[in-house]
Amino acid sequence: MEILRYSVYRFGTMLMTLLVVSVMIFVIINLPPGDYLSNQITELRASGQSAGVAKAEFLRTEYALDKPLYQQYLIWMGFFPGPHGFSGMIQGNFGWSFEFDLPVSEIVGDTLWLTVLVNMAAIIFVYAVALPLGVAAAARSRTWVDYSSAFVGYLGLATPNFLLALILFYYGHKYLNLPIGGLMDPMYEGLPMSWDKAKSIGVHLIVPTFVIGTSGASAMMQRLRANMLDELGKPYVETATAKGMPPARMLAKYPLRVAFNPFVADIGNLLPSMVSGSVLVSVVLGLQTIGPALLQALKSQDQFLAGFILMFVALLTLIGTMISDVLLVMLDPRIRYEGRDA
Amino acid sequence: MPPLLSVENLSIAFGGGAPVVQNVSFEVQPGQTLALVGESGSGKTISCRAVLRILPRAAEITSGKIQFNGGAAGSLDLTSLSERRMRDVRGNAISMIFQEPMRSLSPLHRIGNQVAEVLWLHGRQSEAQSKRDVLECFERVGFPDPERAWNSYPFELSGGMRQRAMIAMAMVAKPDLLIADEPTTALDVTTQAQVLGLMKDLQKETGMAMILVTHDLGVVANMAEEVVVMHKGRVMEAGRAEPMLKAPAHPYTKALFDAAPEIPDEAVVGVPAQHEDLILDLKNVSKTYVMRSGKAWSKPTEIPACRQVNLELPRGTTLAIVGESGSGKTTAARIALGAEPPDAGGEVLFKPRKGDDPLAVHSMDRSQRTAFQREAQMVFQDPYSSLSPRMRIQDTLTEPLEIHGIGSASERRDRAEEALKLVGLGGDMLKRYPHAFSGGQRQRLSIARALMLDPALLVCDEPTSALDVSVQDQILRLLEEIRDGKGLSYLFISHDLAVVARIADEVAVMRRGLIVEQAPPETLFWNPQHPYTKALIAAQPEPDITRPINLKLVAQGAGDPDTWPERFRFSDSMVPSLMQLEPGHKVRCHE
Repeated sequence: MEILRYSVYRFGTMLMTLLVVSVMIFVIINLPPGDYLSNQITELRASGQSAGVAKAEFLRTEYALDKPLYQQYLIWMGFFPGPHGFSGMIQGNFGWSFEFDLPVSEIVGDTLWLTVLVNMAAIIFVYAVALPLGVAAAARSRTWVDYSSAFVGYLGLATPNFLLALILFYYGHKYLNLPIGGLMDPMYEGLPMSWDKAKSIGVHLIVPTFVIGTSGASAMMQRLRANMLDELGKPYVETATAKGMPPARMLAKYPLRVAFNPFVADIGNLLPSMVSGSVLVSVVLGLQTIGPALLQALKSQDQFLAGFILMFVALLTLIGTMISDVLLVMLDPRIRYEGRDA
Repeated sequence: MPPLLSVENLSIAFGGGAPVVQNVSFEVQPGQTLALVGESGSGKTISCRAVLRILPRAAEITSGKIQFNGGAAGSLDLTSLSERRMRDVRGNAISMIFQEPMRSLSPLHRIGNQVAEVLWLHGRQSEAQSKRDVLECFERVGFPDPERAWNSYPFELSGGMRQRAMIAMAMVAKPDLLIADEPTTALDVTTQAQVLGLMKDLQKETGMAMILVTHDLGVVANMAEEVVVMHKGRVMEAGRAEPMLKAPAHPYTKALFDAAPEIPDEAVVGVPAQHEDLILDLKNVSKTYVMRSGKAWSKPTEIPACRQVNLELPRGTTLAIVGESGSGKTTAARIALGAEPPDAGGEVLFKPRKGDDPLAVHSMDRSQRTAFQREAQMVFQDPYSSLSPRMRIQDTLTEPLEIHGIGSASERRDRAEEALKLVGLGGDMLKRYPHAFSGGQRQRLSIARALMLDPALLVCDEPTSALDVSVQDQILRLLEEIRDGKGLSYLFISHDLAVVARIADEVAVMRRGLIVEQAPPETLFWNPQHPYTKALIAAQPEPDITRPINLKLVAQGAGDPDTWPERFRFSDSMVPSLMQLEPGHKVRCHE
């Protein structure tokens, strides 16, 4: 019950944060002088193409770019009626991409959920690798288990992701016949979901997941090991041993539970660093994620596209933090009962 | 009848180094208590951990035999038993209580779960039966509401209650032998007395044997039949408790005895000091903390930490504030030092030199405040965490001078060397880091740092409670010497009446934020009036086997103020005033 109340409260604060973030995103995008259209108009004027100019001018009024900045923001968000009534983010209209001359929703459409998919896979990979290795390294600290996992970990941290990607593609293709590049076989692109398409995506996911997740997993593993080592020295571990608990069960029940907190709290940090960190990898691997589109949009001041993508990343981050906060409250009674009368 | 446990020629070493325990032998008879006595580093803790084989990873039993003749298991050699069979012994036949109740329980699991786990692990009965046993055990160790205790988390319980939970955990499987490693060292005196009493009762009921590890001869006198005195990994003296405590044979045991602080039996009632030249004067100081409640929109709760504290510290003397944790003694000291403002209406006056005008500590301007900080310094409780591990001693000592811009670099160095010599350390130690010093030496360093600015007032916050008895004695002597040599004044905070007995000129006993009794120590020990003071005195374990702790007296005074005799009772709203019984002796009571 308490947890439900907390979740609702936390969801409320998330919405507030998102609102503040939206203002910041809008301001930052509009900080550089001019916008996509005014740049284009100047360019067209210089080359004397008046037909293009008329179209650009039309788009400017169409998307309210001639209005003051605060009104632009309110219209973009959908708090304020634009030229076509209330039609902004909260109404589900994400705007127009001038660069691609398409609605934003059509450009990002597929890439949105592919981004979520790739990053989710990477996060699951991070946790699946870091948890057992970190615990093993701590429980057998200063033995070959510890040293070799540390070695692999540092290797993972130190290797540039794109290099790792190229190496994995080469050997993956050579020995395991893994596909190169993309997130699905080109023949399935644009087709509705089917079993074969899902299989194709699954196979294509292997290398990107590994590449994006490795450094995160290495860092997480080292952190978990350090936390575990701290906890292993604490008296309550001794108490548990003195009760006659078998070591594996004791490790899982006591020190791991306590060392788990920072592990869980990291979910929130992991999401954004992966989305932004995977931009380069996505370009190299040719992944149809949101990263490359964001890069392009920011370069050409394609404001609605960039704004939408940044909002999307912010939303992912906030959801990640919310999940980790709620999980922490569920896991740790000390947080749950804070301020409660004992 | 064979002994329950016999340890023969036990030697333990760390990673091939010199042995930390050498040829230690002792025996525990069924149903009896053996006390392992010694200072920290004497090897007493590690010897008894060797019995359960829960040694640090680098430690190794190099020789010796540990024979256990438990009821069901028959005769076992614990040094050669397989790890799997050892697990059956741990918690089941031999269990252990640790020193720090605050940290020896997992913070994330309910008490009931942690205690019942012992029964689950040794799989002797159904889960429902286990819970019944645990609840019964909770009731036995003094939880007023066992069901509630079952569902509590450790952080919801006080230190004494956590130690009771630990005892329940150790007792629930009805072991043949209980090893208690300084079970009461981290507790207040009154709580210690109650926990010791409980352990004794439980032992009587169940007939288990006990190994009690302690540095406190008072605890030994109250608990043990047999005593083994250890020093630097070797047994110094062993034998029956009674003759040994009456006439210790070994010089080391004698030294331990001399160092133990004691409340004097007979005292001359002192003449109250003349309060003319007050260096520090707390007038009507109260402090209320406001706790934000967890639920939004609900009213924050107010916690009174200090209520109407009036204290006067005459120049050149020591005023001690005594009380358990949470009594408000530290808050009072923090307010006296200007670290926190008192509630409106309170005032702290400080007079650095005789004849100066008193300064109001909480309404000083910046330069007055800087000057005040030079005059009033503090010695902290924990010598391990109050010195920066990354600073050389020289830097730690000269830092206060640097902050106040006193002297040149070489002058500062000379003063640091002087201060080191004053506290009995060599001047050549300036280049060392704190980790190269023992606990007692660190506390000397901490005193040296406080003296660097040549203060007039020293606030000592439990300066000896983290130290061994013999070291405590040295530090107290040092503090006395410095006070008399330099004419310092001390505000001395402690939970230990016996420590205060020797150093203080006046003692104020605090409970629940109020001063309940105030008098010179002789008067206080000779003629205690307040039930809480009586409890504090009664709870002090004396190294005298003929004077056991009077648990009834402790329970009467240390309980809730509602249980005190009518005359002394107080509540949040109704507080009796401090009455002057005789000159210099005040007690909080109704007419």
